[in-house]
Parts: sequence; C-alpha cells; structure tokens
Amino acid sequence: MPFVKVIVKTIIVAQLGFLTLFGLTFNLAFAQTAEERGTEIAIAADQRDSGWKHITADMEMILRNRAGRESRRKITNRQLEVDGDGDKSLSLFKQPKDVAGTAMLTFSHGLVADDQWLFLPSIKRVKRISSKNKSGPFMGSEFAFEDLASQEIEKYTYKLLREEACGEGYQCYVIERIPQYESSAYKRQITWIDKDQYRNIKVEFYDRKDSLLKTLEMTGFKEYAGGYWRADRFEMTNHQTGKSTRLNWKNYDFESPLDDQDFSQNALKRLL
Amino acid sequence: MEQFAIKWGSWVTRNRILTLTLSLMLAMAAASGAQFLGFTNDYRVFFSGDDPHLLAFENLQSSYTKNDNVLFVIAPEDGKVFTRDTLAAISDLTDRAWETPFSIRVDSLSNYQHTEAQGDDLTVADLYEDAASLSDADLARIQDIAVTEPFLVHRLIAADARVAAINITVETPGIDQATEGPQVVEHVREMRSYVEQTYPNLKVYLTGIMMMNQAFPEASLFDMTHLVPTAFAIILFLVFLQLRGFSGTVTTFIIVALSIVSAMGMAGWMGIKLTPPSMSAPTIILTLAVADCVHVLTNWLQKYRSGMDKTAAMKESLRINFSPVLLTSLTTAIGFLSLNFSDAPPFGDLGNIAAMGVLFAWFYAMTLLPALVTLLPASNKKKGRAYGSEIMNTFSGWVIRRRGMLMPVVSLLIVGLVLCIPRNQLNDVFVNYFDERIEFRTDTDFVVDNLTGMYFIDYSLNAGSSGAISELRYLQQVQQFTDWLRQQPEVIHVNTVTDVFKRINKSMHGDDPAWYRLPEQREMAAQYLLLYEMSLPYGLDLNNQIDIDKQRTRLSATLKTLSTTNTLAFEDRASNWLQQNAPEIHTTDASPTIMFSHIGMRNIISMLGGTAFALVAISLLLILAFRSVRYGLLTLIPNIAPAAMAFGLWGIVDAEIGLGLSVVTAMTLGIVVDDTIHFMSKYLRARRAQGLEAIEAVGYAFSTVGIALWITSVALAAGFMVLSTSSFALNAEMGLLVAIVIMFALIVDFLLLPALLIRFDQWLIGAARKNSEIEATTQSV
Repeated sequence: MPFVKVIVKTIIVAQLGFLTLFGLTFNLAFAQTAEERGTEIAIAADQRDSGWKHITADMEMILRNRAGRESRRKITNRQLEVDGDGDKSLSLFKQPKDVAGTAMLTFSHGLVADDQWLFLPSIKRVKRISSKNKSGPFMGSEFAFEDLASQEIEKYTYKLLREEACGEGYQCYVIERIPQYESSAYKRQITWIDKDQYRNIKVEFYDRKDSLLKTLEMTGFKEYAGGYWRADRFEMTNHQTGKSTRLNWKNYDFESPLDDQDFSQNALKRLL
Repeated sequence: MEQFAIKWGSWVTRNRILTLTLSLMLAMAAASGAQFLGFTNDYRVFFSGDDPHLLAFENLQSSYTKNDNVLFVIAPEDGKVFTRDTLAAISDLTDRAWETPFSIRVDSLSNYQHTEAQGDDLTVADLYEDAASLSDADLARIQDIAVTEPFLVHRLIAADARVAAINITVETPGIDQATEGPQVVEHVREMRSYVEQTYPNLKVYLTGIMMMNQAFPEASLFDMTHLVPTAFAIILFLVFLQLRGFSGTVTTFIIVALSIVSAMGMAGWMGIKLTPPSMSAPTIILTLAVADCVHVLTNWLQKYRSGMDKTAAMKESLRINFSPVLLTSLTTAIGFLSLNFSDAPPFGDLGNIAAMGVLFAWFYAMTLLPALVTLLPASNKKKGRAYGSEIMNTFSGWVIRRRGMLMPVVSLLIVGLVLCIPRNQLNDVFVNYFDERIEFRTDTDFVVDNLTGMYFIDYSLNAGSSGAISELRYLQQVQQFTDWLRQQPEVIHVNTVTDVFKRINKSMHGDDPAWYRLPEQREMAAQYLLLYEMSLPYGLDLNNQIDIDKQRTRLSATLKTLSTTNTLAFEDRASNWLQQNAPEIHTTDASPTIMFSHIGMRNIISMLGGTAFALVAISLLLILAFRSVRYGLLTLIPNIAPAAMAFGLWGIVDAEIGLGLSVVTAMTLGIVVDDTIHFMSKYLRARRAQGLEAIEAVGYAFSTVGIALWITSVALAAGFMVLSTSSFALNAEMGLLVAIVIMFALIVDFLLLPALLIRFDQWLIGAARKNSEIEATTQSV
C-alpha cells in the first residue's frame, strides 16, 4: 500500500538520496537546517521501503460514527512498484455486497494528478474518475484518497521538528511535511517516524485553517520477506466530527508475482 | 417575633459600624462570585438535558454531522449575482470561509460539485473556476444550472438570482463553550468587514444557528446597558417622591445595588450561566428590593419627622416592619423559586437569582439600611403631603359605600376575563425572540424575505438494512415524500439524496434529461454513488446526508417562519403522510424548530406544578401569619385572580403565549400576595386588636397602607414595564404581563377584597374567634 512505498526515483531524487547518505555520514561535521534533516529522513525512509516490487493484501475497514454505530468494508489491494513514477495500485471491493466486484485502478504520480479508473460491474463499464479531488473521503471513511495514496518524496516539503519517544516504545523523528500538490485538504501534516526502521508510526493532519483534523496511528508492525515492515492496524480518528475508521490488514503477500498486465483497464474487468 | 424585632432593632442601631462592616463583607464575599459568571451562547440552554426533542435532535446529528452553521448572505447592489465580479467575490469568500474556526464544511455556488458527462466519463467539478475569465455565455449557462438545481435554489441562490449565500457548517468541540462560538462569529464578521472594504457593492447579512447563539449574549448586554439604568432612574425617582429626602434615596440606591451584585455574585458561585431570561434578574431585583426600603424608611421618616430621634424612630420602624417585610420577602422568594419547576433551565436560573436577590434585599434592609441611614444627615422638617391620605379616605369611603355594586361588578370582570383565557395560543417563534435592535433579527428578516428560511425539520429516513438506501423502493418512497413536501405551501427547500441519485444517473447517461430519474437497480445505484463519492473533495462529501452504514439518509425541509400552531400542524401532516404512504422508512423528525414548538406546552405543564407548589406554600404561610384558615383561604381570591385576569386580557389583546409567559403565574403569585399581606395585616390588627367593626377596619387599612400599596404597585409596574422594553421577546412579554398582573392585583385588593371582608365577616370571624382565644396573650401580626 502506497504509504509505504518504494522509490526508484527520478534523477533529482537520486541526487537527493546521494546527498542524504553524504549528509548522514557528515551529520556531525556539518550543521544542517531542520528542512535538510527532515528531507533526509523522508528519503531514508523511502529507500528503506523500496524494492518490494509487488504486494497483495486484504484490508478490512471499520467505520464508526459518534453514535457508536459501525459499518464494515472489505477490499483486496494489489500494488506494483514502478520505475521512475508513482506506484500502480488496484483495489477490489468485496464488501458491502452492493459494490462487490467494483474495482479501482490508480496510477499515482508525484505532483501531477493521479489517473484513476473505476470498474462498475453493474454496467460492466470502466469509468475514469475526475481525480483532481484527492481530498474526499474514501468510501465514506475518515481516510481521504490522499491519505492512502502513494507517498512520493516530492509531494511534500519536510522539516524535522524534534526527536521523541512515540508509539509502542519507539524513538521517533517528528517531521512536519507540507503538501506541494494541488487541492490537498491539509495545510500540513506531522509524522512520527521511528529511528530504528524508519516506519511511519503516527501522522497528524491539520486542515486548511491549521486546526488538528485527524490523527492516524499505526500498530502491530510485522516484518515481511526482504525486511519490509507493515502495520496490522491503522486507526484514523477525526477530532472534529468524533468519527473514526480502523483498517485491519491481513494476508500480506510479497511473493505472488504481478506485472503491468495486472494493472490495466482490461484487468479491472477480469477480476470478477 | 416582635420581641426579636425589637432586640434586632436596638442591636443594629447600637453597633452601627460593626453592622455596616459585616454586611458589606457579606456583600463582597457574595459579589466576588461574579468572576465565575459568563454568558451562554447556545440556544440549547433553553432545553433541559432530558428534553425528548433535544435528545432526538442530538441523536440525529450524531448519525450524520451537526448542522450548526453560519449563513453568509451576499446581496449585490445591482441585484445580479451572476456577474464576473460577484462570482469572483463568492470564490474569494468561499476560500476565506474555510478559515472559519471549527468549520467542517463550506457550501457555496463556487464549490458546488456539478456533475457532467464528458464522453463516457463522469466529471465532478466546481460549478465554476476563475470567474474573471468567464464569457457572457458561461455566465448564462452557470446561472441556468444554479437556479434549476434543487440543491442550490432557495438555499444558496435566490430563484431570481439577486441574492446568494455561503453556508459554513461548524462543529464546536464544546471544550470552552464561552469562546468557541464567539470565535466563529468574530471570523465571519471580519469577513463582512473585508467585503465592505474590498467589494463595496456587496451587502452582507449574517444569520444561522451560530449567529443566533451569539445574539443571546448580545441581547443580554443590550438589556444590561439599557434596561438596568432606566429602571434605576425611574424607581429612584419614585422613591424620592415618596420619601422626599436625599439620604433615604441614596441609601435605597445602595441597598438595591448591593442586593443585585450579591445575588449575581451568588449566581456565579452556583455556576449559573447567564442567559437573556436570567439577565432580567437585575431589573427584577431592583424593582422588588425597593419595596423593603420604602416600607422601613417611610415609617422611620414618619416617626422622625413627628419628633422622635433618629435611632428611636428606626427601632420603632423596624419593630413595625420586621415581620411583614420578612413575610413578603419570603412569599416573593417562594414564587421565584417555583420557577425551578420550569422545563427551560434559564427560567429556573432567573428564579433562583431573583429569590436570592429578594432575600439579600430583606437582609440589607434590616441591617445596612438602619445603620447607614441613621449615620447620614437627614432633615426632620415636616413635609406636607396630607392630601394623599385625604384622597385615600375619600376613596375608601366610596369603596365601602359602593361595595354592594363593586362585588358583582369586579366578580363579573374577573369571570369575563377568565373566559377569555382560552383565546390564547401558544407561539414560540424563536427567530423573533430578538427584536429589531439586535442585528441577528434584521439580518435574518432580510434572508427570510429574499433567500431561504430559518426554520427546518430534519427527517432521518430508514431503509431498513445496511446499504439499502440504494434500493429503488426506498428511493421512490423518499422521492414521493420529497415531492409531497415540495407541494406544501410552508416548504421553501428540500435537501434530499434522491436529487443526487437522479443527477448522477443523468450524467451517467450522457446528460440526457430523460435519465434525470432514480437508478432502477440497487447495485447500479450503489456503484454510481460510490463513483460520485470518490469524486468529491474534502468537506463536500455526503456524510452529512447518508449514515456510515448506508441504511439511513437525512432529508432536510426548510420552512417559512411559522407560528407554533402551524409548525405543529405541519409536523403532524408530514408524519401522517409518512405513516400512510411510507410507514417503514419513517423514523425521527427533529430540529430546533420542533424543539421550540414543543417547549411552550412542556413548560406550561411543568409550570402548573410550579404554580401549585407556590400557591400551597404561600397559602400555608398566610394561614400561619393570619392565624386563620378562613382568612387564609379568602386571600386565595385576590392572589389567584390577578394572573387569571391578566391572561384573559392578554387573550383579548395579543392572544399569543410564548415561553416567557408560562412562568408568569407562579412568579407573580409571590409578588401580588404582598399587597394582600399588607392590607390584611392592617385590617386584622384593627379588627382583632383594636376591636373595630369590619367596615371601620377596612377604613383603617386603607388609611394606613392604601397610599403605600398604591406607590409600591406603581413602582413595581413601572419596573416591569421597563423590562417590557427588553430586546429579548421572552423578557419583554413577561415584563408586560407581570405589570398587568400587578395592576390587576391592586384593583382586586382595593375594590373586591374590602367588599369580601365585610360581606363574609361573620364566617371569617367565626374562625378567627376560636383562634383569638389562643392568641389572646400574643401579638397580632
């Protein structure tokens, strides 16, 4: 899933990566700005999580409203690492029954709007989604598209705020990142990245008027083949409306091969 | 009691400095609670926590989103919304609206998510962007879309396209109630100032729930700065006329002021939040506290001017007044405390504050007042005002002579007025709680006249199971209900999810108008909806209309401003329609409109209990004080009749009863009984202690308290008339009706009570005689 994605980036990013290694080595010798440190850490995290090529995983989504009522969705996700651009992902909706078989294909890009298609089994047609709007809720949940989308380095500017303990006993970098892509719902985000494995532990989302909108917390990290860490559970809480959404991840599969053929508009129709 | 009063009198006049110091310390201790006082800015304060209509509304909101809002209304001077300039201004203001503290959603013309077929795809995008570059054809096209889109017209755009609005939905966290609402209001008012400077040809009107909430403290402040000084001026003028001395008037001012600050301070200690009703307490305390001072000072001046020295005159005055002033203060306090029966907490608060104020006033009148007034210089020159008592003697002679005529005439008047009580109808139009001096009212009036309504009812319509809102049968029922609502003359706008389904269906079929209808298969509808939802930006999602389980949708009907009767009739009609045509989808209907429509009746019922409590408590007190069950029962007539008569008169003149009037009977009971107490105590003193015949005793009562009753009644009525100029309708109508009650009480006490006392003397005295043996050695009241 996108958060956690890999990068084989453009030349610019590669250069940044080089600077990072350079910077890490000479960290003590050269004074760096908080922005440089923040960018460095983001790149390091990105690099740690590259090279997984393809992933399949099942996701259960539990929506809760302030009245305490719950609603569940089930989705199977596939992801493909792409050289030189954002990842491709395909989400197949399984539950609720009314939308079972509906599938969404996303080609994510950096600052350019993503390409998105939705296959509607009831009319057996693929429809392009006008995806200038990345900020809307995903299936009525507290997750927006942009929260779930591939997190390319160039989507944000970074700044290291501080270092502190966080999550389940981690030591974390606390980094502020400001969206650079158009029509984001957020003025800024604050992320907690653990120093050990460079995993995203927590994210705070601040709305356009800079008030705390949501907090995302990830728990239950497991290491998969090749040293890739994935959380079992994502908990997103909306502080303004009192609603929340939990994602439970299951059946991570880094082995079953997937290629470009599996991420095409035609592939959407073949899923049923 | 009299022994105690004498001891009290001599102690306070001996230890004047100590008395002064102690009572001032008490006042300061009480008043320091004022630091905890704050204004409430939430209309929900009018409802108790277990009000079923409030609970229904809260419950509905927790399934969708809250709909506390600011409606930022824009009226271009040229009457054209669809110009490049105005549309650009709306875009600009929409962006700024997002900066509003606690905003969770902003709806406007510029961010309306218009759907369009583009080839085989569905485009969902802002209705327009970059207004400056729009061609005339674009403007015409945009106007055409806007004024025909049911979501927009009569809500965010007037049908004649002369006025537009931006709706800002806010969800305040409720951590610091006192500042959250004002922050929202401050922001939108800054936006208005910005418009005035940047777009001088646009006029801005601000309304919505958040603006109404803010109007409560603003009305309170208006009243505090306008009513209280006026009441002080009028009452002190009357006091001065009565006492004809500066030191007495100054002392009265001090006592009254201290009573008010002590009571308000205690309200702070008790954690009472100020509302417009409870902010009428200062005016009420002022009006009532004066009576205590006037009684003590009048008798003191009489003795002093007739040659006694200051201290002795004061002791004597305290001896005479201690019991009646205590009794009248207690009955008044009981009347106010009975407001705690009210279903609307602000009236309970008002009752508690006023009751405390009355008791503080009694205490200061018995301590601070004698100590202070005997320290101040005062002239003991006799001032001629005998003509007053001459008039009173003539008047009492007339009453006694004409009692045979007065009894039936006044009784008929009472009966006639009582028969008019049923003419009154409940009416709580909460928008009109504020008068035109409050900005919220004038702005809202403009918006109601030119754009949309402030009244609404939300319906949560249940499809029965998870995801079933996409079921054609459910959608058809919702659609039929929508169609029915749109035919009702009361309805201005209906916001319904079926419009969304129809719009998407049309766009999925190449924008063919023939497809502007509900999708026919459940899966197809659900998948269309998913596609549409995926295309919506932050803050413009459907979560405010569809619950998370896709089992219920919220339908909002905006109504014209209606009377309570019409609102309830409409609510019934709509419920019946649902019951007959779509019984399975009907769940709750709720809104502030519904809440305020029921509160009048709920409050009247709860206040019946309060009135009964006050009546029983006060009657028992009177029976004890008069030491006679029969005299006590007789006084029920002059105690109950005035309120009944006033409601009857109201039924003839106005005939609309709001929340403010439902507390009047219980509240005035404690006030009007004071006249009866004063008159009766003098009458009984003459009848029992001096052994006068009933006719002579009536004459004695008239000559001793007639003038004082006249003056205090005029003062009370004047005080409450000041309240009737309140900017807050509940206070204003309450003040007016109380003033009427007080004047009726005087009429009954002067014209009917003497006739009753004489007519039923045998029966009354029969009971009193038994008692008089017991009390032979004790003092009469």
